Amino acid sequence: MTTHTYSTNKQKAEEMEQAAAPLIALASESPRQLPSEPRPIMECDDVDVFYGDFRAVSSVSMGFGYNEITALIGPSGCGKSTLLRSLNRMNDLIDGARVEGAITFHGQSIYGKDVDPIEVRRRIGMVFQKPNPFPKSIYDNVAYGPRVIGMKVDSMNDTVEEALTRAALWDEVKDKLKQSALGLSGGQQQRLCIARTIAVRPEVILMDEPCSALDPIATSRIEDLMTELRADYSIIIVTHNMQQAARVADRTAFFTALADEGTGDRTGLLVEYDLTTKIFSAPADERTENYISGRFG
Amino acid sequence: MVTLGAIATAPLKAQREGDKNGKSIVFLGVLWFAVLFAVVCLATLLVTAFVDGSTRLDANLFTRYSSIVLPERAGARAAILGSALVIVTTAVMAIPLGVAAAIYLEEFADSKRWYNKVIEVNLTNLAAVPAIVYGMLTAGVALSIGMPRRVVLAGAIALALLILPVVIITTREAIRAVPQEIRQGSLALGATPLQTVWRQTLPSAVPGIATGSILALSRALGEAAPLLLLGGLVFVSYDPNGLMSGFTTLPIQIYNWAKEPQLAFQQVASAAIIVMLALLLLMNTLAIIIRNRYQKRW
Repeated sequence: MTTHTYSTNKQKAEEMEQAAAPLIALASESPRQLPSEPRPIMECDDVDVFYGDFRAVSSVSMGFGYNEITALIGPSGCGKSTLLRSLNRMNDLIDGARVEGAITFHGQSIYGKDVDPIEVRRRIGMVFQKPNPFPKSIYDNVAYGPRVIGMKVDSMNDTVEEALTRAALWDEVKDKLKQSALGLSGGQQQRLCIARTIAVRPEVILMDEPCSALDPIATSRIEDLMTELRADYSIIIVTHNMQQAARVADRTAFFTALADEGTGDRTGLLVEYDLTTKIFSAPADERTENYISGRFG
Repeated sequence: MVTLGAIATAPLKAQREGDKNGKSIVFLGVLWFAVLFAVVCLATLLVTAFVDGSTRLDANLFTRYSSIVLPERAGARAAILGSALVIVTTAVMAIPLGVAAAIYLEEFADSKRWYNKVIEVNLTNLAAVPAIVYGMLTAGVALSIGMPRRVVLAGAIALALLILPVVIITTREAIRAVPQEIRQGSLALGATPLQTVWRQTLPSAVPGIATGSILALSRALGEAAPLLLLGGLVFVSYDPNGLMSGFTTLPIQIYNWAKEPQLAFQQVASAAIIVMLALLLLMNTLAIIIRNRYQKRW
């Protein structure tokens, strides 16, 4: 029905193009020279994620590029967060969560028998939706990771300073390192969480809607930070905010949810995955186009 | 009177009689009576204890031992020291055990396993078992392994068993109140589950654990029944000097004195009651202070 209306109604098509125009502009603001296929640091091959009998994500195959920012977008319940959490085995903590298919990191399966999930999480860090600093001092928040994994560091002070500097927080907190992290603003707390993650020197950073609890100014600082971190880390970000994906991501994957006719359970699937400029200017799939032009979801 | 711009609407004055009918007033009266009854009983207890005991509330009460022949000079020294030693020993046994059990149940146990379900159900039941049963259990075990029953250690074991379920339950609640995000943040940095418990969950739960434990200990402090069963009903006129020493405690001493016919014994019993109430009040205040001061807001 939608297809029909869309293809025959010229006026609506024009409206849609207008709605998408600012996104296209954003996406092509700073074009990077990127290969059409990512050089993957992580890969999903036919990945299904289950919660008990319920299939939350169905047959996802995609690669996440070295030193690229990959955005996962899509409507609520499309399984993008679920997929993200299975990329560093955070889903292990949920009863009944199970991954089928292969998720590899540098070609090694992260769900292999002899793989230590602790080591997986150290190498593939995660920043959460709600800033979750520990109820400790700013210094101890950053030093916590290196301490618990027994990282050999010449000077913990230098390690903390470096991580806070990289997270663009050092200047704001250098005089109050011993104060509680809970006294920081939301945006500062989130940058502290990023600093904390960087301190254990991961290779990949997963971000689960990292700006959804922040105001626009704090959001823009985090986005700038992501673009800077891209030089040393591979970043995978789930976002509800399409402008954000258009602004920061090199590649964007669009997911949607398909309801099972019998049970009504919604299963997430990957619709389209391409360079961000392509996704926002000339999406191949009509569902992507409908979504980015605000037609659904 | 409809004026320009005003919209006609039903008046806001009361349409129904609300709570101003006979039934509601009777019900409110019953509620008031219940509160009044409880307060009057408590007040009577406090006032009679103070009236009877105030004459004996002096240094002698704290420095002298009990006396059979001279009730006017009997003191509660042995009982106060005995209570202190028993409670400290109880705390040393019950708190580490209870906290460890609670950590296992909250953080590591698979709640779908049948044996964990059995433990869950039993814990709740154990918290409601009468105190005297724990005294019988301890006496029975002590008898069968040839351990003396009338010593501080035996008393502390009985009281530790008594408060263990309460310590476990309150500790579990304190652990459960630590937000999941804290655990996830720790695990996402490569911390092991045990490191996460030890460095994040447990420190955050300490205020709750302390509050629950102090309240449990104050219950143990006022408990006489399990100790009576262990044969604690003896005349003690010396300081307890170790875990294997004979002892008496405040509730037992009060019981001993209160059943004597002489007025002087009644008075010293009242004085000892005042001391015990003050101790309980002190412990409960401490629990409230800890709770309020360290209450975390996430």
